[in-house]
Amino acid sequence: MSAAVVVGLLAAGGTYLVLQRGVVRVALGFTLLGHAATTLLIAAGGADARGVPFAGAGPGAADPLPQAFALTAIVISLGLTAFLLALAFRSRDVHGSDDLETTEGER
Amino acid sequence: MSGLIPLAFAFPLTAGALGTLLRGRRAAQRLLTVAAALVVLALGVVLLAEVRTGGVVTDDVGAWPDGLAIVLAVDPLAALMLCVTAGATLVALTVAWARGEDDHPLFHPLVASLLAGVVLALVTADLFNLFVAFEVMLIASYVLLALRGGRDQVRAGVVYVGTNLLASALFLLGVGLVYGATGTVNLARLATAVPGDSAALAGLSLLLVAVAAKAGLVPLHGWLPRAYVHAGPAVTVLFSGLLTKVGVYVLYRLTSLILVDVTGLAPWLVAVAAVTMVVGVVGAVGGKDMRGILTFHMVSQVGYLVLPLGLMTVDAVAAGVLYLVQYVAVKAALLAVAAATRSLEGSDRLADLGGLLRTRPALGIAFLLPALALAGLPPTSGFVGKYLLIDAAFAAGSWWGGAVMLGVSLLTLLSMIKILTGAFWGERPERPDPGHVLTATRRRVLVGVPLAIGVAAVLLGPAAAPLLELARDVATGLVDPSGYLTAVVRP
Repeated sequence: MSAAVVVGLLAAGGTYLVLQRGVVRVALGFTLLGHAATTLLIAAGGADARGVPFAGAGPGAADPLPQAFALTAIVISLGLTAFLLALAFRSRDVHGSDDLETTEGER
Repeated sequence: MSGLIPLAFAFPLTAGALGTLLRGRRAAQRLLTVAAALVVLALGVVLLAEVRTGGVVTDDVGAWPDGLAIVLAVDPLAALMLCVTAGATLVALTVAWARGEDDHPLFHPLVASLLAGVVLALVTADLFNLFVAFEVMLIASYVLLALRGGRDQVRAGVVYVGTNLLASALFLLGVGLVYGATGTVNLARLATAVPGDSAALAGLSLLLVAVAAKAGLVPLHGWLPRAYVHAGPAVTVLFSGLLTKVGVYVLYRLTSLILVDVTGLAPWLVAVAAVTMVVGVVGAVGGKDMRGILTFHMVSQVGYLVLPLGLMTVDAVAAGVLYLVQYVAVKAALLAVAAATRSLEGSDRLADLGGLLRTRPALGIAFLLPALALAGLPPTSGFVGKYLLIDAAFAAGSWWGGAVMLGVSLLTLLSMIKILTGAFWGERPERPDPGHVLTATRRRVLVGVPLAIGVAAVLLGPAAAPLLELARDVATGLVDPSGYLTAVVRP
């Protein structure tokens, strides 16, 4: 239950920020959405579906698959945040602002 | 044989890594990327020959126990798409070389990484691995789009990256929900686990929205024409052949395995495809430059490719596959003509052009042949594809799907005529001649590539029988995926 509330709050905040105009805010929004997805993945784990994969691991071992998913997703989201911030930086260089709406008209 | 599958992914990835190290040496980079594409093409041909007779080839990477292993699987569709992808990459690389677009030190490594991501998306039978493949492919494409770093590229880049990141986030959330409900991300296991499970279906709907956005289906298409026109012209050729087609491929795969068992979905697929066709072609008719018209057409053509999925008969899917193969080639040729026009005339805006058929007859023919194929006039390959599609739609009882396809073909022809009258007929507007920026060889290659594809498209019309036979093999495997299911789920 607590995981569901956390995912909901993160997704709501992320969606709000992604709908903003500045690229930096959009980047922050995607970071929050990424966290929502990561939390969801971790909460989705469960070892009932298959046996314990590692020799010697007890019955209380966690499901390793969602953890691998979450790690991968975190790495990808880090790279993409860096790229979005670089884009925002470049946007400030060529447009004078990272706000897309103010730059849309001047072509 | 199964050991070949990871190689198709590893070769382009290695070429990308080595290309980054050899940043200053363009010739070596070119050699690496072309070699990687050729390897993918060769592996695609070998695997296609194998799976046509011997069934689906699979490989458990790392030999992890069942349920944890990432399974790679190649069926006739995946093998055929490997060949098509590699071919489109080679065409785009040739155009990029001829235009001098590959001079940026990161161009070749990025194209190789993009190819690696596409190959992985084609061969994977694992939902999370598919997400990773999408990301590998998209990250390379984000950078390729923004490579020139001008004002338009930055703006297009934000639109493109924003839309695709949102789609990726939805995809990831969908994977999490599906995994939470079913405990697996293996596509074949999901085929049995998802359709009856409402929690898994909720996750699946997120996945479907994400894939539809990546494929460019209406109403999630707005990013495509806005982003693609601002990429380098050769990069547009590359994106056209690879990116949206991977979205379409994933829709084919998901429909074949899972969506076909979801009740009540098929009419919606037909409806979305029909709306996509109409909206895309109307946007194309309103375009003002060659690439603007052609990129809106991509949206329209995605509709043609997705419509068979709503019918799911062997005839319809075979027609869709045949149409896909010839369409990738034809669209690459048309975009190559737009790229050539931009290099030779300094612009591809219709207002700046005119009389090209007289001044550059070869370029005129190179445009005309694929344009006829895109509109679907006999005797071109496009005619065969569209005829079979419309025939299959009527045969499956979707008369209005067939009617929309017929009407959209007419509008497609109209938009092609718009380019023809704007750029190739009439008088050239008074404008300073840009002069020859490129060497004679490069100019010949620029015109020769689309001309060769155009001639091939015309010849393929009367000689489509072998390709149709292949498409029927592919479609049989999709409509009845039991071979794929048993190969991917180990007893």
